[in-house]
Formats: sequence, structure tokens, C-alpha cells
Amino acid sequence: MAIYLTKESKVLVQGMTGGEGMKHTRRMLAAGTDVVGGVNPRKAGRAVDFDERTVPVFGSVREGREATGADVTVVFVPPAFAKAAVVEAADAGIALTVVITEGIPVHDAVAFHAYAAAKGTRIIGPNCPGLISPGQSNAGIIPADITKPGRIGLVSKSGTLTYQLMYELRDIGFSTCVGIGGDPVVGTSHIDCLAAFEADPDTELIVLIGEIGGDAEERAAAYVRDHVTKPVVGYIAGFTAPEGRTMGHAGAIVSGSSGTARAKKEALEGAGVQVGGTPTATARLVLARLEAERDVTHS
Amino acid sequence: MDLYEHQARELFADHGILVPRAEVTDSSQEARVIARRLGGRVVVKAQVKTGGRGKAGGVKLAADPAAAELTARQILGMDIKGHTVGKVMLAEPVDIEAEFYVSYVLDRAAGRFLAIASAEGGMEIEEVAATRPEAVARVPVDPAEGVTSAKAAEIAEAAGLPPATVDVLVRLWEVLLREDAVLVEVNPLVRTAQGQILALDGKVTLDDNARFRQTRWGAEAAEHGDQLEAAAAAKGLNYVKLDGEVGIIGNGAGLVMSTLDVVAGCGARPANFLDIGGGASAQIMADGLSVILSDPAVKSVFVNVFGGITACDAVADGIVQALDTVRLTKPLVVRLDGNNAARGRAILDGRRHPLVQQVTTMDGAARRAAQLADAG
Repeated sequence: MAIYLTKESKVLVQGMTGGEGMKHTRRMLAAGTDVVGGVNPRKAGRAVDFDERTVPVFGSVREGREATGADVTVVFVPPAFAKAAVVEAADAGIALTVVITEGIPVHDAVAFHAYAAAKGTRIIGPNCPGLISPGQSNAGIIPADITKPGRIGLVSKSGTLTYQLMYELRDIGFSTCVGIGGDPVVGTSHIDCLAAFEADPDTELIVLIGEIGGDAEERAAAYVRDHVTKPVVGYIAGFTAPEGRTMGHAGAIVSGSSGTARAKKEALEGAGVQVGGTPTATARLVLARLEAERDVTHS
Repeated sequence: MDLYEHQARELFADHGILVPRAEVTDSSQEARVIARRLGGRVVVKAQVKTGGRGKAGGVKLAADPAAAELTARQILGMDIKGHTVGKVMLAEPVDIEAEFYVSYVLDRAAGRFLAIASAEGGMEIEEVAATRPEAVARVPVDPAEGVTSAKAAEIAEAAGLPPATVDVLVRLWEVLLREDAVLVEVNPLVRTAQGQILALDGKVTLDDNARFRQTRWGAEAAEHGDQLEAAAAAKGLNYVKLDGEVGIIGNGAGLVMSTLDVVAGCGARPANFLDIGGGASAQIMADGLSVILSDPAVKSVFVNVFGGITACDAVADGIVQALDTVRLTKPLVVRLDGNNAARGRAILDGRRHPLVQQVTTMDGAARRAAQLADAG
């Protein structure tokens, strides 16, 4: 199994006919994703030929969903149009909307966050690489060929650190890797993913990657302590980040005494999460932990 | 982007929030003229983007125009928590009867804005919040409804603010929404002896992501304290200057932050944060290298790329092209992993530059870059 995304998922791509949309739709298809359509009101009725298949373009998400039974959309539209795209997906009854777009104004994110929640649509992102259930489906821009299906669940604020850990642990493989995004307001949190991985019978161990800014990791730590029985291994980026400076991600900023990497690491360790000093050391902790679990099972 | 007090005040006034009469200047002589215009007696306030100005001596009352000039001369050029005072604002004094605190802040956990208000405003608000949290009201705002008069009345009542503040609460929400701010704060909001509600000081943080539809602060938005940061920003690079000796370039904010940490863990200090982003071109690589190499503090450079979307052979091509356009004077340690790593490594091996060396792991490369910086 996997969380949020499986081989049954039928995926629409909003902004498929744009440059990024084309490139990543091709990659998604190659990874086995069931991409059932693109959305572009100006190109409705056309179709795009990819190597694997020909994908129809619909005039709206609703049209695409009615024609194909799509339950997932991936949003590649520019920041100025992202809010309308998410609202459209929610109105069409899409269950999961993955917002790749970077640079969306916070007020737009707040607005579509509330709108989607009211309509029962889950949002992943914005400003995220999406999610992949290796061997089943890939919704977004995560490279599919650096790992394989397996028993680890991964949730991360950072795209590249997601890839790094996927690669370091490629011999074990992953149930699902979710890049939740580095913006201050994101639709799906570490906690949402922890809960889903805890409930997923195919996930044995969870890797949680965080970074400076906000208190999402501290809240995740409390959740692990109270609700997660599976082993969790963590990594936090940004120990050397100075106060008051945004480090790349819109949400990655230490303000005053809050949001520091140290506070996050301490909160996680206080909840029984082993936290690695580097991505490689974190991967080693995962291997050791899986080894230990196996010994327990076999004894 | 944080605004200066005088800019925040401008926004407040535009949205109908009352503010004391005031003017801004960078000259003490002009301060005298302004003071005369405002009636003689003025408050001289340092314009810096940091809190605690008052306690640092950056806010002073001047009894007459001559005193205003003297005070302005003292405050201009002052250093407040690392910020040099370039401008002062002179404001007419106000007869304060009561001080309040109001703000709208982003509640990241809830994904919406929160009104924070207290009937006890002023310089001690942080202490009030810490010691008597019940004196500070925190009221979530439904994004679909915003702050209507009814909502503002609810906030005012929760905080014990007088009904006369309701209108200000509505207008302050308008500032937040219309100007794409992520924080608006008025501290203190005061009631004068004449019964007016006045924003005496304000803080506004604008959303950098909304610049495409908010053009008002164009020039100020590009303001950079550091020369290298300005050069990097001009080339569209995501760069932050730090005070160490190992220059760092990587792809992706998370990986670059992690690289800084790993280098620091090897006992060296990172000289900067530079994220070339996804799909880096040769030009971006060359621009990034030239910015970092022009920092005299840099002793070695660590290029750390995990190819996801980015292909390592493209990055290697970029480095090779950069070597032709930028004169490399400091050792460069390169770690390429992920997408097309083997091809990327072969390209760099083929170039055989004496100052470029490859290390295959992130931890090993960080150690090497730290050693080279130490030796350099």
C-alpha cells in the first residue's frame, strides 16, 4: 500500500501544456502514473502525444473529472493563477490537489487552504516537489528512478533533502515520499503524514525531515510522542542559519527565539525520535533501526 | 520585506487610520525646519527595521527646533542592533490617555491569520504576553469572512479595547489584505486626551511573493545591506552573506541549508548560502561562482549538488564554462550525486583543473572544503 497516492490514482495536470507541465507529465507517465488528462481552457479538445500515451486536454477540471474519473490533480500554473486553479479543483470534487508552483502569495495560500478544507480536498504544497509512491504513481517532480518500492515512509519540507534521503536509502525503498513544501502555509502537514504512515500497514519506519521556521516540527514531535508507535528517524536543516534571514524557502526563517533547528531537534529527541547530524548519518540511523527491529522480530 | 515605521505609517494613513503629523529626513538641519513646521516640540525617532529602538536611545523628545536638530544629529548614524540609522522621523507629540496593542499575524499551524490585541500596549507588551497571557486576546480570523465590523467588535471586546477601536481594527485588516502584508502591528495604538484613536507606531511586513501585484515599494524592495547580496540579487541568485570562510553553492534550499550545517560540523564556518535552484544553467553556475569568489573572506568553495530535476552533467558543463569566464583563485570541491552523476563527474575529470577536486560523498566533500579553507 502507500499513502494518498497509489497505482489506482487517476491524475489530471493543470498547466500540462506549459513548459514545466509538459516536461514533468512526461516524467510522471514514465514513472507509471496514470495521467488521464491535462487542463487548459484555451486548448480544450486537443490531445498531447507523449512517449507512453496520448493525453487529452480538457477545458476545466470538472470536465476532466467527469470524463475520466480523475481524483488527483497536479498544479503547474504560475503563482498569479494558482489560487484559481486550486479553487477550481476543489469545486470539481478532486480529492487530492498537489501544488508544485513556487512563489504563491501567502494570502492566496490562506484563502485556498480554507476553501479546500471546506470542500474536503486535501492539498499538498504549495512550493513542493509533490509525492511519489515508488513503483505505483508519481504526482509532481520527484525523480522516480533514484529509489524503489519499500518499507520507509518519508515526509519532508525540502525537495532536495527528500531526494538525498531517497537516494541514500535506495536499497531499502519507500512506501510513499511526501514533499509537503517549505512555505509558511501548507495544506498537508508533517502530522497529517505521520498519521497516514502510522495507519499504513506497508510502512515500517518513518523519516521526518524538517527545517528552520515555524513550529511544525515541535508539533510533529508531540504527535509522535502521543500517537505514533512506528519508529521515526528525523533530520533538521538550518543549524547555522542566522536570525532574521530567509534561507531560500519562504517559511525558513528564524525569528527571535522561535523556529530554531536546535529547538526542533530537541523536541524530536524528547519524543523519542532519533535525529541524524547529516543526511548520510540520518540514513545510517534508519538502517540501524530497521536492523534492530528485525532482530526483535526474530528473537 | 519589513517596512520602516514611516512607510508603515504611510500605509495606515492611506487606509484611513489616524496617525500623528510627522515627516522624515536624513539631515539634522532639515530636522530643525520640520520641527518648526510641526509646532516646535517633536518626538525624534530613528528609522530602523528592528525592535527595541526606544530602549536603545533611538526615540527622544525634543522641546524646540534647535533641540530637534541636536537630537537628530545624535540619532542619525547611530547603531541599533547592527542597523545604522539613516533617517529619522519627527512627529508631533500626542497627549496619551491610554495605550493599546493590536496586530494581525500569520498563524502557520492553522493556516490563517490571527488577531492579537491587548488593552495594555506599549513597550512592555512582550512582558505582558509572557507573564499574564490572559491580558492578551488571540482571535482567529476566518479567511472567507475577514474582519467585518462585527468581527472587529468581537476582537475589541475580547481584548478589553474601547468600542472606538473597532473601526481601526477593520481598517488595519484592509491594510493587511490590500497590501499583501503578512504582519501588521500597531504598538501603541493610543487614545488621546481629545478622544481620538491614533496609531503612534507601526510595523508592517510585506509578502515578497506578492511583488508581482504590489509595485509600490519597488525600489525599496531591492534594498540590500551587503554589496555582494546586491550583486547576487541583480543576477537573480538566492544568496545570503554569512561571516565564514567556506563558500557554498548547492541546489535546493533544504540541501544548501544542510550543507552549511555539515560544513559547520567539520569545524569551518560557511561564508554564504547560495541556492542555484532546480535546472541550473551554466550561466547561473558562473554567476554564482563569480559572486562567491569576489568575497575576500572565502578561502575555499564547496559545490554540493544532488541531481533530482537538475542533471549533474548540466551542472558539470556549467562549472567547466564558469572556469572559462571566471578566474578561479581558490580551491573548489565538487560533490555530484543523483541524476547523471557519473557523466557529470567524467566531464569535470576531463577538464583537469588544478584547483578543482571531486569528492563523492557530501560529508567527505564538506570535510575536504573545511580542510582547504583552514590551510588557505
